[in-house]
Amino acid sequence: MADTPLMTEHEEGLQHQFADMQQQLNATSLGMWLFLATEIMFFGGMFLAYLVYRYWYYPEFAAASRSIDIYLGTINTAVLICSSLTVVLSIQAIKLGKRKLCVMMLLVTILFGLAFLGIKGKEWYDKFEEHHVPGTSFNAKDIIEKYPQLHVEPAPMQIFFSLYFAMTGLHALHMVIGVGIMSYLAFYTWRGHYTQQYHNPVEIGGLYWHFVDIVWIYLFPLLYLIDRKPLR
Amino acid sequence: MYDFPLWPARASTTASSVDALFIFLVALAGFMSIAIFVLILVFAFKYRRRAGQRAQQIEGSVPLEITWSAVPLVIFLAIFVWGAVIYFRERTPPRGAEEIYVVAKQWMWKLEHEQGQREINELHVPVGRDVKLIMTSQDVIHSFYVPAFRIKQDVLPGRYTTAWFHATRPGTYHLFCAEYCGTAHSGMIGQVVVMDPAQYAGWLSGGATFGSLAANGESIFQQLGCPTCHRFDVQGRGPNLRGIFDKPVQLEDGRSVIADENYIRESVLSPSAKIVSGFKPIMPTFQGLVNEEQLTALVAYIKSLTPPPTGPAGTPNMAPDKGK
Amino acid sequence: MATTAVTAEREHYLNTDYGIRSWLLTTDHKRIALLYLALITVFFFIGGFFALLIRLELLTPAGDLVQADTYNKLFSMHGQVMIFFFLIPSIPAVLGNFLVPMMVGAKDLAFPRINLLSWYLLVLAAGMMLYCIITGGVDTGWTFYTPFSTAFSNTHVIEAGLAIFIAGFSSILTGLNFVVTIHRMRAPGLTWSRLPLFIWSIYATSIIQLLGTPVLAITLLLVVFERAFGLGIFDPTRGGDPLLFQHLFWFYSHPAVYIMILPSMGVISEIIPCFSRKRVFGYGAVALSSIAIAVFGFLVWAHHMFVAGISLYSAMIFSMLSYSVAVPSAIKVFNWTATMYKGSLRFSTPMLYAMGFIGLFTMGGLTGLFLAALGIDVHVTDTYFVVAHFHYIMVGGAVMGYLGGLHFWWPKISGRLYPEWLGKFAALTVFLGFNLTFFPQFILGYLGMPRRYWQYPPEFQVLNVLSTAGSTILAVGYVLPMIYFLWSMRYGKVADPNPWGAAGLEWKTPSPPPTFNFDEAPEVTWEAYNYDEIPAPEEVPVG
Repeated sequence: MADTPLMTEHEEGLQHQFADMQQQLNATSLGMWLFLATEIMFFGGMFLAYLVYRYWYYPEFAAASRSIDIYLGTINTAVLICSSLTVVLSIQAIKLGKRKLCVMMLLVTILFGLAFLGIKGKEWYDKFEEHHVPGTSFNAKDIIEKYPQLHVEPAPMQIFFSLYFAMTGLHALHMVIGVGIMSYLAFYTWRGHYTQQYHNPVEIGGLYWHFVDIVWIYLFPLLYLIDRKPLR
Repeated sequence: MYDFPLWPARASTTASSVDALFIFLVALAGFMSIAIFVLILVFAFKYRRRAGQRAQQIEGSVPLEITWSAVPLVIFLAIFVWGAVIYFRERTPPRGAEEIYVVAKQWMWKLEHEQGQREINELHVPVGRDVKLIMTSQDVIHSFYVPAFRIKQDVLPGRYTTAWFHATRPGTYHLFCAEYCGTAHSGMIGQVVVMDPAQYAGWLSGGATFGSLAANGESIFQQLGCPTCHRFDVQGRGPNLRGIFDKPVQLEDGRSVIADENYIRESVLSPSAKIVSGFKPIMPTFQGLVNEEQLTALVAYIKSLTPPPTGPAGTPNMAPDKGK
Repeated sequence: MATTAVTAEREHYLNTDYGIRSWLLTTDHKRIALLYLALITVFFFIGGFFALLIRLELLTPAGDLVQADTYNKLFSMHGQVMIFFFLIPSIPAVLGNFLVPMMVGAKDLAFPRINLLSWYLLVLAAGMMLYCIITGGVDTGWTFYTPFSTAFSNTHVIEAGLAIFIAGFSSILTGLNFVVTIHRMRAPGLTWSRLPLFIWSIYATSIIQLLGTPVLAITLLLVVFERAFGLGIFDPTRGGDPLLFQHLFWFYSHPAVYIMILPSMGVISEIIPCFSRKRVFGYGAVALSSIAIAVFGFLVWAHHMFVAGISLYSAMIFSMLSYSVAVPSAIKVFNWTATMYKGSLRFSTPMLYAMGFIGLFTMGGLTGLFLAALGIDVHVTDTYFVVAHFHYIMVGGAVMGYLGGLHFWWPKISGRLYPEWLGKFAALTVFLGFNLTFFPQFILGYLGMPRRYWQYPPEFQVLNVLSTAGSTILAVGYVLPMIYFLWSMRYGKVADPNPWGAAGLEWKTPSPPPTFNFDEAPEVTWEAYNYDEIPAPEEVPVG
């Protein structure tokens, strides 16, 4: 820019629009929290749809919920919780100036994220095979036959699966973005851009990752654990 | 000469109440608009910039703020109550109303009187009687709108919505679809023909007879095999449907619901949604086996199995009780 | 042809760099504001063109200009283009982007690159919308009601839905930028109670953009998924509920109308004090009423659904809450009027627009009282009464505020003066044309003419003809400013830093401002609207 702005000192990482680093940290922090608030509203619409339909069609939701793989779901939950731990460890590391450890933790986080996506992909594949994907080839007869005690009808089960795919799909998209963010952070930490003095983006990226994790913590019981009581 | 009305015809009891509130609001809004306009123009003139005159810096006035917040609020709440009372009456059909079933589809109105007369895009009704419409759509959302009666009700697929009116003037009035529904939305119009009672009785008796709605419903009931479980003589596998309409039903999950038109419709299409207490969920679904007209007839038949409540105004016009 | 004085050109944000890259890769909030101005002006005229076709068709009762399907597409796309690609961005993205950093004494917004990303998102969305329009358009109405939009329409619903979905993110990021900037980047001494009311309005608007738009995004996404993948969430034949769509849709789309009007109100709150030479009467009340409108605006959505099949009791609750949201708007009107009392008034073009705004917004707002009354709403909902109501607010209100603001800040933005007599003429033309277009529609609505009607019974014709006549006058009023603003950038008189003698930090910079706004970081020791200290200009500049 031709116009030289009034700057106190050219602090590392300080962007030109901010008066000082403290203002920048406050601003970026607030920005990320506001963004997460918008994400809550974004997922919120689907959670509302879910709540309404679950109230109206409880037996169908319960039956359909039984048909998704609780083991894979539990593993995924554990994977994500561990990944949040590694994110925290990476931030801890950079705060102590341990750049290599930070990068390693970020890479492990990415691995966990990819593992999550892989397992989710397997789940979706299973649903595809079982004809539980909504649309013209949807067929939930197998669920009806498997749980005759639950007296369910096919149509509302399709709604469950519509919501299942929409919600886990949106979540998975956010995971992919999260993996991208973590990769970016890992790369630039390795390059030395983020240091003990300036690592604000790593913290903010971590916030995003934790949010994606928390969404899953809600999704898991709502989708997988509706009614797992042993059937008589 | 151009036909240039500025006020819609007033042809129902509701129309008078709605118009009264409307005129009040026009007066209020007119007064407020004119007041603001006048104030602005007066200030514009009186306080236009003149040499040597400076503006007076006035911070504000808390008493004034409170006043012009509280006074409008009170007025607004009064309007709310007035409007709510009208609405409450509009949404509470009186007992003993003559019932007409409406099925909307892209892009026409199909109407069926209880006595069996069917009409397309035209509705004949008697003056001076309560008429209740029970409506559903075969496809998208439509809306049944009769400006002269000041009534409007969206017509939804998958369930029944109701509206009612009490016509006060014979004549022919517009019927519009008021919820955008596709290509011929603006062509989905018709008329409501209000006749005086003698003429209406004549109209009812003339024309092709399809049999009353309830009679049709009864034959569908038989054809589909319903009496196998829904017996009237002994306790069958399904509840006895005599006398159940518009009364509370105890469900097996503890809830209690009213057996209205929507309940009957849901019981035919999604029987396991609500299981009556003490019965097993064995009723099969008839989704895809009955169309809207047949559903309407079934609903009318099951209603006819319940003796009408002794209403205030006149003898209710009900299909004959054909129970065994 | 006026010649500009030949001086060594001072460097400012417009001449600091030339070339298309310097514009398309800029992070300067002022340049981004102009990028938005260009984009939304194009879409304003596209939406306006659709409106003209609609009004032409409605000259006669029969459907004889275009086919029914075409007409249905015209009103659908008129609504979508005007709302999502003109009104929602308009003041925030043009005037907000330009002024917010300056008004708070900052060098730029908190996140300049995200600001540029917002613009590109809107460009992407606009491209998708254009693609949709060119390949046949969409006919669901701007409201996308299901199951028509998901299972019955044969038009480009997916493209339109995705276009608006992407535009939503542009809106969200703009709101995010403003909230963070206002919270964290105010100059020393600039407390909340010293902020210009425009900032309060933008702040309230941004809260709505942040919290409401994501709900629209997910709703449209679900509609797109339903069409693309055959989901059944809103399909009654598969157990879905069309009313669920309506609740989700209106949860955003009602607060959206406050996104469209609050910034305009903020503009009026800047113009009236300046041309009355006195503080706003009741600063605190006006500031808090903006917040109140934003909060209450989230509680009233189902007043769009009184005849949709919701329960009697929820209808009553929503009606009552709708009256509560009318009170803060009334407070503003009273305070603006009181600001003019004992002022020293001047009637430059911005002031004419502001006065017009007060009149027309009052009328539009009062007709909201009609609609909130349940008994009346049953009769007039889905008729031209509603169409008239929202056009009074959005066109008579929001657009006039936008034009007033453009005129007010034009000297700051461009460094030039627009021709004042043409400005006055256009303002009057807009006011008259607008009233002739939309007042007859109130009558049409009460008579019972439903909206979205391609053909209508003959007794409605006279009023429709009046309305169409008005729309041609209105069109002239809109084309004029576009022409003379462009003209002024080359041939207009050079403007002083503060031609109106206005209060506010933005007026302490040169016209046009330098890239980083302030040569020295300002420190604020005065209250807002300190017109007792600022001398009125002897002569208001006439461009």
